This record gives sequence, structure tokens and C-alpha cells, in this order.
Amino acid sequence: MTAPQSPDSNPRRAFIAAAGAGVAGLGFTAIAPGLHLMAVGEANAATDARKAGTAASSKVRWGLLIDAGKCVPGCTKCIDACHTENGVTEKLPDPRQNSQWIRKIELVERRTGHVTQLPMMCQHCANPPCVDVCPTGASMKRADGIVLVDRHTCIGCRYCMMACPYKARSFVHTPLHEQNPEVPRGQGCVEACTLCVHRVDKGQQPACVESCPEGAMMFGDLNDPASPIAKRIASVPTTQVRADLRLDPGVRYQGI
Amino acid sequence: MFTPNPRHEEGLFYLLAAIGGLVSAVGVAAALYMEHFGHVVTGMNNQIVWGLPHVFAIFLIVAASGVLNVASMGSVFGRVLYKPRAPLSGLLGLAMMSGGLAVIMLDLGRADRAMVAATHVNLTSVFGWNMILYPVFYAFVAVYLWTMMERRMNPYSKVAGLATFIWRVVLTSGTGSIFAFLVARQAYGSALLAPMFIIMSFSWGLAVFIVVQATMYAWNGMSLPPLILKRLKNLLATFVAAVLYLTAVLHLVNAYFAKNIAFEFFILFDSEFAGAFWIGQVLIGSLLPLALLFHPATRTKALWVNIAALLVIIGAYFQLHVFIVGGQAFPLDIFPGYEVKSSFFDGAVDHYSASLPEILLAFGGLGIAFTMTTIGVRVLHFLPQDDLADLEAAGSITD
Amino acid sequence: MLRLVCLLLLLAVSPAPTLAHNGDAHPQRTPVPNMATESSGKCVAPPEEMRRNHMEMLKHQRDRTLRSGIRGEPASLNACIECHAGKKTGSVLGKGEFCESCHAYAAVKLDCFECHQPKAGFKAAGVKP
Repeated sequence: MTAPQSPDSNPRRAFIAAAGAGVAGLGFTAIAPGLHLMAVGEANAATDARKAGTAASSKVRWGLLIDAGKCVPGCTKCIDACHTENGVTEKLPDPRQNSQWIRKIELVERRTGHVTQLPMMCQHCANPPCVDVCPTGASMKRADGIVLVDRHTCIGCRYCMMACPYKARSFVHTPLHEQNPEVPRGQGCVEACTLCVHRVDKGQQPACVESCPEGAMMFGDLNDPASPIAKRIASVPTTQVRADLRLDPGVRYQGI
Repeated sequence: MFTPNPRHEEGLFYLLAAIGGLVSAVGVAAALYMEHFGHVVTGMNNQIVWGLPHVFAIFLIVAASGVLNVASMGSVFGRVLYKPRAPLSGLLGLAMMSGGLAVIMLDLGRADRAMVAATHVNLTSVFGWNMILYPVFYAFVAVYLWTMMERRMNPYSKVAGLATFIWRVVLTSGTGSIFAFLVARQAYGSALLAPMFIIMSFSWGLAVFIVVQATMYAWNGMSLPPLILKRLKNLLATFVAAVLYLTAVLHLVNAYFAKNIAFEFFILFDSEFAGAFWIGQVLIGSLLPLALLFHPATRTKALWVNIAALLVIIGAYFQLHVFIVGGQAFPLDIFPGYEVKSSFFDGAVDHYSASLPEILLAFGGLGIAFTMTTIGVRVLHFLPQDDLADLEAAGSITD
Repeated sequence: MLRLVCLLLLLAVSPAPTLAHNGDAHPQRTPVPNMATESSGKCVAPPEEMRRNHMEMLKHQRDRTLRSGIRGEPASLNACIECHAGKKTGSVLGKGEFCESCHAYAAVKLDCFECHQPKAGFKAAGVKP
């Protein structure tokens, strides 16, 4: 089912680049299921592109495992990769109004002063409060666990931002023109990490996972016991942030 | 009806209507400006996502529901004193609801999608419920007004009044639940907020009613019968005291939980909101009005009762500011037990100052409510007409 | 919406040259939208069908793709843009460009490009392939 692959030797992406952004998906998804690549890096869980015309399945639960112990102070590669991939480029005079799909948080243990670094983004909860509170149903969870904002029906009320315990969502405060064609986003709507859904559907990894030089992030199917991420979670102690809220986040942390 | 100088009076009416209309129009223009440039022109950001427009809108919506209490006292609970006041209370309810909803809708990131909001309703969302609760509120109040003002429909006004009463209790529970259902932030997420918003609505709505009624009486050169003044001020004092009590309970319970102590210390003592809480909400909005309403020197004077009502309204704004803005300014506790820092202001207290467009939008909501009320009382008979003989007869029963 | 449909029906039954050429080539009293496409590829449906139903096609596709995750559908906005973007500007927006000219003509608000990128093959700064 799964075909391990390395981000840096991925002929799929070369293929997509050649095919161009728009119609590429059509031709690509028709060919991709036939491709099986050799494993290079263990850390990067691999996935198949879903066949064109098939819906995301609830048999899959996409998730991340982040090893805070490997996250290096001062490094912002995952943030840069995310914001380039998703075209989050605006720089407003008040930085609190900028969108932030992923951010680095530094934790300092109050008594010991022990410092931990980690990237924080939408935790793609199984029971997402943002989805519960959204008045129009624009905030939604896909069958495979990816929490998204349907910008076609988002009215920009920001109630989901009030409800999210992770401060994961941002409101677009200004008109945008530099969107990546595959990542529509615009003024007056709320947005957050999409787990790079446009890449995942093509069988690629989220940009942050691919960019991490330390291999601190792992992406894969939490429901598939054979997937590297599921195996790792089964073998090492991991943490869900704000586990007390019982939101069952799809992102887990190691080493905090 | 006694009017001192009809020509001056008419001119004043047009002046007031024009001022109200202008403030409303400027508010709408400010919203269009925000829509064009985006919320970058406001003081709101990704941590304090709701600001001054929401403070004003929620005041208007909560008070709109509460002002109907006056009508309910007459129709539902059969108090003779309140019956002549029911139509005015209905009109104020509609006017303030309109002003509040206008501000909420115009502040949306995509205000042009009002139709989307109306056609896509997520029933697990309190906001989604409100999409139903608020419009139906209009229908209930409109029918209720009709049964009161059309003589042939009078027999149905009790039923309509009861339905409206029940509906607005549900509606204000819904408004309180907007915050009660928030698990993420320490300031909210308490079941107490639903009943508390109902009591707040009683208090603020009655305060608005007293001020508007006093203005109308003064306009017509009349004065409120002392019996009515006494009743209204006693009722107001009861509601103000009840809100103060619930506020105390909310904060005490919160402060009892170790996880919330830091937040309570912040909001009550160590922030820009502490002053707004103690001086604005507690002193100006609660203790001072209570003193005026109970002190022998002031409690029988219409002027002081009106001032007390005005102070309650001012205190309400402080209270909502502390509750809404203060509640968001305190950082989320994402990693309990750790100190956190980030490039996105995790762990940092946020500061909010409203920009001109959002101030204008907020006041635009007041303008809409004011204009609707001014025109309403002018073209229709909303001035309470008391039959004093009836009142005295009733007063001896209900006093 | 009804207005748009009526206007498009009108356009569809009017003689072909009206649609295929700019006002410049055949000066006319009534301005006509620039419906010409410079790309020679075949569209997913005949023009008559597209004019009447493109909004419905896009709407259903968007819901299937976003909500269900179905990819590779023929009626994709990005695929539309790839073919219909003007050669000079690379965009479907702008005076005389495919989407904007007709929507301006029909006086129907175009909401897609508040969020979607109107330029064909656009790469946001620094986006890796």
C-alpha cells in the first residue's frame, strides 16, 4: 500500500513541475499509483497519491509526530518552507495581524529553566472545537482527519479563532494577490495549516516535514499500524498538547 | 398631548433624526472602508479577534432582549403598571437588535456573504443557532407589537407576549453561550454565563428603557408618576445587584482553581483591564447606581434615577470590554506549567486599541438604534399613557 | 444569477462573430465581451454548455475537491485558468481578459479571485516545484 520515498530524490515532483500547476493533477494522479519508489529515509513516511476521482477515506487518519528533542533553536526552516509553499508572504505593519500557519514555540520549564523548542500548527483534532463553533460549516474536517476552512462559505466571523485552544488559526487582514494556484487564500477569511492537503493528495509530504534538516517531523497515516509514524508512536512515549481537552489531535509530540 | 412649541419640537425631531442617520451612515461607510482594505485598518488582530464593534454589538443585542422585560411584566405577569409601556419596550427591542446585528454583520471579514450565513447553518454552533434566534426574534416582537397596537388583536397580546418572553430568554442564553461554549480561553467556558447574560440583559435593558422613557416624557413636558418611578428604580436596583453578585461568583469560582489564578490576577489586578473592572464595572456601573437608587436624598428624584440608569449603561460597556477584550488579551495556556515564547506572541499579554474605523462602526450601531427609535416614537404612539386611577387601584394590590 | 443566465443565453443565440471578435475588429455600437480564447485546446464542454453552466460546474467541483478530497476533476478552476488566461498578462482578470470581460459585461460579481490566483502557471515567491 505504501511506498517509502525520500523528499530529495523524488521524481514525482519533477514530473509535476514539468506538467505545470493547473491540469497537472489529472495526468499525474492517473500515473502515480503505478509508481513505487525505493525507501531512502526512514523518517519520512510515504504515502500514495489518491486516484483521481476518489474521495478521501476515513480509513486514513493523517497525522504528524514531532520530536521536540531534535528541534534546533533559531532554525526556522519549517516555517519558511510552509510559508513559501502556501504563499503566506504578507508583512503587515502590525505583526500580530500577519498570518501564521506554523510557528516555533520555546518552552521554559518554570522551576528548572529547561528549554524545549517545537513547531506548533493546527493540531488537526478528531474533535475540533473550530468545526463545532463555525456558524456556516465552513470550518470542516475531511474524512482523513485534515481540518480545513472552506473559504467559499467562511464569513470571517473569527469564532473559530476564539474556540481554538492552540492559537492555530489566522485571519487574513489584507487583500492578497500572490497566492499559490494550489493554495487559494484571501482577505476576510480565516485560515490555518492544511497539512499541505494539496501535496498529501498527490502523495507528497507536507512542506514543513520535507524541509526539516533534523528529521524532527514525521508524517503519515496514524490508522495504518504498519506505517512508520504509527510504529514510532507505538514504541516511544508521545504527548498530545492539551490532552486534557480530549480533542484527540492528529499531531503528537515527542520529548516534551 | 401637551407640546410646548410645535415648530421647535418638529425642527428638533428632524435634527435628531438627521444626526442619527448621519452617525449610522458614517458607521456603514467605515465598514465599507474596512471591507475594502481589510481588517488591517482595525486594532483587532489574530489574538484579540473581537474588539470594540463586538462590545457595542453585544451590548445592543443583550439590552435589546432585556428591554422587552418591561413588556413581559405587563403582558405575561399581568402588572398593570407596565402595560402602557409594552409598545415602547417592543420598539426599543427591535431598534437595538437592528443596531447590534448590523455591527456584527458589518464587521465580518466577508460581510458580503450575509446570504451564505443565512443559507448554511451549522446546528452544532451557537452562532448557527443565533442565525435562527435573532431573525425569529424580529418576527415575534413584530407580531407582539401588532397585537398590542391593533385593538382587534388585543386578546392575543398575552399569548404573543409569552412567546416573545420565552424566545428572548432562549436568545440571550444563546448570546451568553457564545462565550460559555469556548473551551480554549480561561475567561470563558462557564455555564454561569448563560443565566448571567439574561440578568445582564434585564439590567441593561431596563436602564435603557428608563433613560429613553425619561427623554420622551421630558420632550412632551410630562413627568413620570412617582409610583412608576419607584417601581422601575427598585427593579433596576435588583437587577444591578444580581449582576454584581453573579460577577463576584464567577470570579471567585475561577480564582479558586489554581489553573485560573494567573488569569484572575491579571484581569482583576495586574492589567489595563483591572481599572476598567473596578472603576468602570464595579464602581460606576454597579455601586454608584445602587447608592443613587437607594439613598433617601436621590431615590425619589427622577433626575438621579435617570443618572443611575445612565451609569448602569456606561458600566455595561466597561463590563463587556473587560469580558470580551480582556478575556482575549490574556495568553492561551497551551502548555500549562511552562513559560512560552514565540514569534507569534505566545505567552504574551496582548494590547488592543480600537482604530477610528471600528469606533465609527461601533457608534454606527448606536446610530441605527437611535434613529429607528426616534422615528418610531414620532410616527406611532409609543408614549406610555398611564391611567392613574387604574394604577392606584393596581398599586394597592401589587405594592 | 438569473440575470447572468439570461444574458448568457442571449449571447449564446446571437451570431457567432459577435462573440468571437473584439469591438475593434468589427466596430459596433454595443460593446461585446471578449470571449475569445488564445489557447487551442479543447474545452471540457461545448461553449454553449460552458456559458450556461460553468458556475454550477465549478461550484460542484469545488465542494467535491475541498470537502471530499476528490482530485483530478475536469471542471477545475486552475484548469480553466491555464487555457483561458490572456497571453500578454497571463491572467483571466484585467480589462479585456476572459473572466473579467464577460462578468463585467453581464454585471455579475466575480468572487473566485478574492482567494484564487488568476494567473496561469503562477509561482508564489520561492515556491518549490
